[in-house]
Amino acid sequence: MSAPTTSFSTARDPESPPPGEPPVSGRRMNTKLAATAEPRWFQWILISAAVLYLVLLLFVPLLTVFAGALERGIAAYSDSFLDPHTLFSIRLTLIIAAIAVPLNLTFGVAASWAIAKFQFPGKNILTTLIDLPFAVSPVVSGLIYVLIFGKQGWLGPWLEANDIKVIFAVPGIVLATIFITFPMVARELIPLMESQGKEEEEAARTLGAGGWQTFWHVTLPNIKWGILYGVILTNARAMGEFGAVSVVSGHIRGMTTTLPLQVEILYNEYNYVEAFAAATLLCFLAFVTLVAKTVVEKRVEAARGRREREAAQEA
Amino acid sequence: MGFTLTYLSLIVLIPLSAVFIKASGLGWDGFLGILTDRQVLMAFRLSFLTAAGAALINGVFGLLVAWVLVRYTFPGRGFLDSMVDLPFALPTAVAGIALTAVYSSNGWIGSVLEPLGIKIAYTPLGITLALIFIGLPFVVRTVQPVLEDLDKEVEEAATSLGANRLQIFIKLILPALMPSLATGVSLAFARALGEYGSVIFISGNMPFRTEIVPLIIMSKLEQFDYAGATAVACIMLVLSFSLLLAINLLQKWAGGAAHGR
Repeated sequence: MSAPTTSFSTARDPESPPPGEPPVSGRRMNTKLAATAEPRWFQWILISAAVLYLVLLLFVPLLTVFAGALERGIAAYSDSFLDPHTLFSIRLTLIIAAIAVPLNLTFGVAASWAIAKFQFPGKNILTTLIDLPFAVSPVVSGLIYVLIFGKQGWLGPWLEANDIKVIFAVPGIVLATIFITFPMVARELIPLMESQGKEEEEAARTLGAGGWQTFWHVTLPNIKWGILYGVILTNARAMGEFGAVSVVSGHIRGMTTTLPLQVEILYNEYNYVEAFAAATLLCFLAFVTLVAKTVVEKRVEAARGRREREAAQEA
Repeated sequence: MGFTLTYLSLIVLIPLSAVFIKASGLGWDGFLGILTDRQVLMAFRLSFLTAAGAALINGVFGLLVAWVLVRYTFPGRGFLDSMVDLPFALPTAVAGIALTAVYSSNGWIGSVLEPLGIKIAYTPLGITLALIFIGLPFVVRTVQPVLEDLDKEVEEAATSLGANRLQIFIKLILPALMPSLATGVSLAFARALGEYGSVIFISGNMPFRTEIVPLIIMSKLEQFDYAGATAVACIMLVLSFSLLLAINLLQKWAGGAAHGR
């Protein structure tokens, strides 16, 4: 494949490399190859349109949150966090994430391991079932737990008899959060583990490693970035979930309000500065999530590149 | 394996089946009665139309964003690329109040559009905007990898045969992107149908006019009308599962097309 000659190019791109330079390969098309690029001015129109769209859609709302929070100055902003209900909601959110994330992590790893490394009938059904919470509306996700654990629910009378509160109490929120974030680790790990194949584990077994040893020393290090990625996503969703938690929590202030619920309460009471202040905390969470996501993605790319080079060297 | 199945059943399957079982307790007449109630029907119509509109707009603009991110270089490209995931990472309640603040009468964009007669907050238009916001990453992230893997050689061949960029786009690139685009749009649609947090602030929740289906479920619950809430939830679940199935099929189609060359 030779570099395109200028007689075929539809646009005179003064920046195109002289013939004789190798074409650029890689994941992103290099627009300096004139023959297959739009005219530069048209590119800039598209770029501006896309950037404008993103700015209007994404950045303006973000800025509004911060502007609203700082409307009465920094003092009012930091004072919002002195409110005991807000502080409680922050603590509750953290506790819920601390419970839901490890549980779903364990399940995710177990499920992906079973699905990726073994063959069994009904594998496809299992994978689809794992995806279920993703497709369900958050409100419905909360509703189903109310149906079971609520006063009129299946377990309702039994729970009341034993004075155990699930709905309108923290355990209900934990359950609903687990449901919502359930698929996240598994969805990340399954394709990853499937693409890694079974050879390394089989090699370890033939060398005499036991099941647990194989898992700990061979499987886990391979999937560590996938796990990290899944944990980041699960955590973000667990802390930020609104609809499902709204249904099961009953909005009881000081007892069952998470941070997103607290934002809603403050907003509905016209405490705008406090609401936006709490919202900025969640924005920071989102930023940290995005940064962590980008970092992990880069590491995964690097690891994959290393593997491909090693495989090529062995070939 | 055993752990997997137990966990799965306990957390997911049993609660989900509760919806159907409870709904069946209503009896067919009761069920239909709730569903044909005008308020519920209006809510379904609203949810459907706004979700579909938002998904389609996301399809067009998501394609634009994905195209620009993959094919062009410009300052800030990497930053914008990460920001595309913002609606995914941002809690829905925050998105809800942020969008309401922007588009209400004294918001930055709302105050500009209202004198022109375009009211956004507390109208279906506002709902659609919120749904566009949360659906953005679905289209972009589904189309991006396919766009990145597109075969340059086919485009170069077409150019050398005399095709101009528009022809190449319409006849070569768009058909190649169709499966992933369809998948992304369906994902955005599915998400938009069930979306609650981002929408309830900007919608105003006026019955018959700006009430979405998740909200109806919510208000029925608050009135302790468990039967009604369950009936509506039943339909939502059926819709969700069908969409999930359709999306899985679409993804298979997309996977097949990518390897078909």
